[in-house]
Amino acid sequence: MLLSHGGESSPATGPVARWTVDQVLAMAPDEASREAGSRLGSGRSWSAAGPGGGTALWGLCRGSGSTPYRTAIDMDGPAYTCSCPSRKFPCKHALGLLLLWASDDAALRPGEARAPDWAEEWWEDRRRRAAAPAGGRPPAGPADPEAARKRADRRAARITGGAQELEQRLDDLLRGGLAAAGRPGYGQWEETAARMVDAQAPGLAGRVRELGSIPASGPGWPTRLLEECALLHLLDSAWLGLDRLPGPLAATVRTRVGLTLPAEGPAVRDRWLVLAQYDTPDGRVVARRIWLHGSRSGRTALLLSFGAAGRSPGLSLPVGVTIDAEVTPYPGGGRLRAELGERFGTPVAATAPPAGGTTADAAAAYGRALLDDPWLDSWPATLSEVVPVPSGDGGGWQLVGATDGSALPVASSAVSRPGLWRLVALSGGRPVTVFGECGHRGFDPLAAWCPEAADDVGAGTTVALV
Amino acid sequence: MSSTATSTAATPVHTPWEELVTSALLGTDRRPLRAGPRGAGAADGPAALLDAAALHTVRRRAALLPASGAPAPEPAPADPRPPLPAAARRRLAQLLADRSAPAAAGRRGTAPDLTELIPQWLASAGARGFRAPADLLPALLDAARARTDLRPAVLEFAGPRGLWLAGLNPEWRFALRTSPGHARRPAVEDPEAVRRLWEEGLFAERVALLAAVRAEDPAAARELLATTWSTERAEDRLMFLDSLRTGLRGDDESFLEVALADRSRNVRATAAELLSALPESALARRMADRATSCVNPDRTGAAVSVAVEAPHECDAAMQRDGVVPVPPSGRGERSWWLSQLVEAGPLAVWGERFGGRSAQEIVALPVADGWGPELHAAWCRAAVRQRDPDWARALLGAPSTPPANGPGTASLAERSKLLAILPPAERALWVADFVAAHGLSEAFQLLGVCTVPWAGPLGRSVVDALDIARDAGSYPWSFSGVMGLAERCLDPAEAGRLEVLTTTPDEPEGASPGAGGYWSEAFQRLVSTLRLRAAMDAELTPDAPDGTDVGGPGAV
Repeated sequence: MLLSHGGESSPATGPVARWTVDQVLAMAPDEASREAGSRLGSGRSWSAAGPGGGTALWGLCRGSGSTPYRTAIDMDGPAYTCSCPSRKFPCKHALGLLLLWASDDAALRPGEARAPDWAEEWWEDRRRRAAAPAGGRPPAGPADPEAARKRADRRAARITGGAQELEQRLDDLLRGGLAAAGRPGYGQWEETAARMVDAQAPGLAGRVRELGSIPASGPGWPTRLLEECALLHLLDSAWLGLDRLPGPLAATVRTRVGLTLPAEGPAVRDRWLVLAQYDTPDGRVVARRIWLHGSRSGRTALLLSFGAAGRSPGLSLPVGVTIDAEVTPYPGGGRLRAELGERFGTPVAATAPPAGGTTADAAAAYGRALLDDPWLDSWPATLSEVVPVPSGDGGGWQLVGATDGSALPVASSAVSRPGLWRLVALSGGRPVTVFGECGHRGFDPLAAWCPEAADDVGAGTTVALV
Repeated sequence: MSSTATSTAATPVHTPWEELVTSALLGTDRRPLRAGPRGAGAADGPAALLDAAALHTVRRRAALLPASGAPAPEPAPADPRPPLPAAARRRLAQLLADRSAPAAAGRRGTAPDLTELIPQWLASAGARGFRAPADLLPALLDAARARTDLRPAVLEFAGPRGLWLAGLNPEWRFALRTSPGHARRPAVEDPEAVRRLWEEGLFAERVALLAAVRAEDPAAARELLATTWSTERAEDRLMFLDSLRTGLRGDDESFLEVALADRSRNVRATAAELLSALPESALARRMADRATSCVNPDRTGAAVSVAVEAPHECDAAMQRDGVVPVPPSGRGERSWWLSQLVEAGPLAVWGERFGGRSAQEIVALPVADGWGPELHAAWCRAAVRQRDPDWARALLGAPSTPPANGPGTASLAERSKLLAILPPAERALWVADFVAAHGLSEAFQLLGVCTVPWAGPLGRSVVDALDIARDAGSYPWSFSGVMGLAERCLDPAEAGRLEVLTTTPDEPEGASPGAGGYWSEAFQRLVSTLRLRAAMDAELTPDAPDGTDVGGPGAV
C-alpha cells in the first residue's frame, strides 16, 4: 500500500459518507437487478465479507454453485469486480454488498477477517492505475489533423444541408398553418427527425421530435408549438450564419445542433457538493444528470453521462456528499456542462447547502443565462427560505419566499413526482432551502435542506427529491 | 440572436404575440402578417413570423418574474418526540423501499420478507415513542394507503406532521378518517373549545374528541354526549355508543339504560350488549333471573345433571333487554331465545345455582335432552363478553384433549377468542401443549392470539413440530402459514438454536423429492428473519451500540 500511495494521496478528511439504500438501489441497471440485489442485502447471503482499506469492500456470496462468487468494490469511482458470469453492471452481488454496507450491517464492520488476496490485488491494481502519470494516456488530438479537419468539414456541410431542409419544412408548416399539425395523423415530425439524424445533427433531431409531442400536450398547445418552432428556426438560422457569431455563442450553437466539443480550459479544483443525480430517457440511451456545486468557487456544474439500455450510466455519485475533484467545463451553453477530472481523497458527508437566493434572483439568473444561450429551458438555482404551498388551482404547487411572499410555480413535471411530497413533508409548512432547475416551465426542485438541526435529518443533510 | 434581427425595420417585431399566434395557426398564406404600424406594410413570409416569434419567446422568458404567492397553510404542529437513531432510520428506509419494489415471482428464497416486518418495526418504534423522519412520511403514508392493517400504527408513528401532510394530498385522505387521537382537537381542559368542536366538528373529529375526553374524564364525556344525544342521526348514535366500549364501567349504566329505549334497533341491541358486559347492571340481573329459570340442576338421578327448559315466549320485556325474537333461518325459536339469555346472563350466577361448584365442575356436568352443545356455546360467548378467565379455562378444557371431544366448543375461532382472555403466559403454555399434542395443522388461528415474541415453551413447541413435519418428509409450503408466523413471532433469541436445522438433511425413506432442500431454505429464511428482527430491535434501543453482532455472517 505504501508503494502505491507514496506521498501523493491525501488521506480522507472525514468519515467515508455512507450511501443510503435509495442511492444504492439507484445504481441498479434495471428492475430485475434491483430486486435480485435487495435479496442479497443481508448478512446471511454472504459467507464472508468485510471492509478493505479506505473505500473498499469485499465479500464472498453464496451462489448456486459450489464456489462462492468473489465480489469487490471500490467506492471511489465506484468500481466493481465480481467473479459471477452476469453481464449486468453492477451485478446483483455488487449491489447486495453495497446494500449490506448501506444498512451498516455488522458483517461489514472492521473485524478480525483480513481482506483476501484476490481483493487486495484488484484494489492495488486500481490504485496503481489511478496513480499512473498522465503520460500513460493516449496523446490528445487525432493522429492525422488534416483528415480530421476534412471529416469535420464534411459533417458541417451535411448539417448545413439538414438545417436548410428543416427551414424549408418550417416555412411550409407556417404557410399552411400550425392547425394542420394539431390534427391527428400528422406524421411529419418523425420523418423530419430521421432526416436530421441522417444529416448528423442529433440536436436538431431531438428538438424536432419534441415538436411532435406538443399538439397532444393539452390546452395552449399552439402557443407552445409556435415558441418551439421559433426557437428551432432561431437555431437553424444561427447555424447558417455561424461565421458571423461571436466565439462563445458560436460554440453554444454548435453544441445545440449536436456537435460534441471537447471540454477545455483550466480545470477547476474545488470541494464539490453532489446536489442531485437523476436519469432521463433520451431516445435509446439513458442520460444521467449530476449537479455539483463548488463550495469555494460558488460554481454549479452539470455532469452528463449516458448509458445504453440495460446498463446504468457509468458515473454515479451519492447525493449529499462532497468530493474533492477537478472539473473541466465544456464550451457553450453558459459553460454549465462539465467533465469530472481527477478526484482526490474520499467523499465526505456535506455539512451545508449552497448559499441560496430569492425567487427573484433565480428568475433573473435564468434571464441572464438566456443571453448566452437562448435555447436554455432552465438554469440551476438555490432558493433559501422558501415554503412549498399549494397554489389552489387544480393541484399545482408554488415555492413561496418566506420573507417577500413572491412565488415561483413548481414545474408540472415535478408535481407528479413523489419527491414533491418529500419536500412538503420536510418543510412541514416552514421555510427550507431548495435546489432545482428554474426555467420557463417553472421550478423543478431536486434537493432540499432543513434550516436547523431541529429535525431528524439534521442541518446540512441533503434530501434528494428525484 | 443578432443573426435573426439583422433587418429590424422590415420585420414585424412590434406585432403583438397574439397576432403572431393567430397568423401561425391559420398559416401565412391565409393570414399574412403585416409589418409596420397598424399593419400597413407589405406582407411578410413565414421566416419573418418565426423571427418575430423567437424574439418574443426569448424576451418573455428572460423577463420572467416571480408572482405573488398563495397564502401558506398553517405549519405542521410540532412533534416533541425524539428523532430516530440513524441506524433505525436507514432500516426503515430499507423496509419501505422493499415494499415499493415489485413482488418477486415464484418461490421465496432464503432472504427475509422485509414487507412483513414493517408492522413489527412500527410497533417497536411506537412503543419507544420515536418521531417519524419527515422525509419518510410520504412513503409511510403510501404504505398505509395500500395496507389497511398498517394504518393505525403508521398514523400513530407519523404523528401530527403526518396528519398535516395527509390533509394536503387527497390520496392520503384515509388518514383524516382513521386518525386516532391526533385529530385536530383543542385541549380537553378547555371546556368551551371542547363544546364548540363537539357542536360544529366533523364526525371523525367528534368521535376522536369523545374518546379523548372519555380517557380524561368519563363523566364529562357522557354529559357531552347527552347534550346532543336526541338530535344525532341513528348511525352516529350507534358509533358514539360503540365508543363507550373502551373503558366501560359501572357508572355508564344509567346512560345505557336510556339507550335501551332508543328509536333505532341497532342502538338498542348495542346498549343491551354493553349492559350485559357489566355483571352488576340491572339488565344483567334481569337476564340472570331469566336464564336461571331455564337452566337448573337436576337431582332426580343418582348424579347431578343440568336440566334445561327453554323459554316458551319472547315477551316485550325480553325484547326491550335486547333479545332478538326472530331466529336466523334453520334455528328453533326456543333454543335461539335460550342461547341469548345465557349469553347475556352474568356467569357468576351459575356457581350459586349449582351449589357452589366451580366453572370447571359445572362445565363437566352432563346436560339433559341434548341441550349440551347449545348451552356450552352460549357459555363460551358469555365468557368472551364478560372476559371471565375461569370460565374460559373451563370451556377450553385440557389442551391435550382432541378439539372434537373437548367441552365448550370445537370451533377454532371461538377457542382463540377464549384463549385471548387467559393471561399471556398461560395462553402460550396452553397453545404449546396443544401443538405438542396435535401438531401444527390446526394451530394457526390459536398461534395468532399469542403475544409476540412467543414465550420459550411455545417457541420450542412450534420449532419441534416443524422439525417433526420435516422428518415426516412433507413439503414446507404445507406449513407456510405457520412458518410465516414463526418468522414474525418467534423470540429472536431462538435463532442460535435453529441454526442446526438450516443444513440440508439426508432424505428419509419415502420423503417428497427435494423436500429437504426446501426445508433447509425455509429454515434459513426463518433464521435470517430472526436475526434481522434482533438487529431492528437493537437499532431502536437508543443506549445500545449501533446494532449488535446478531446480524453477522457465519464464522469464516
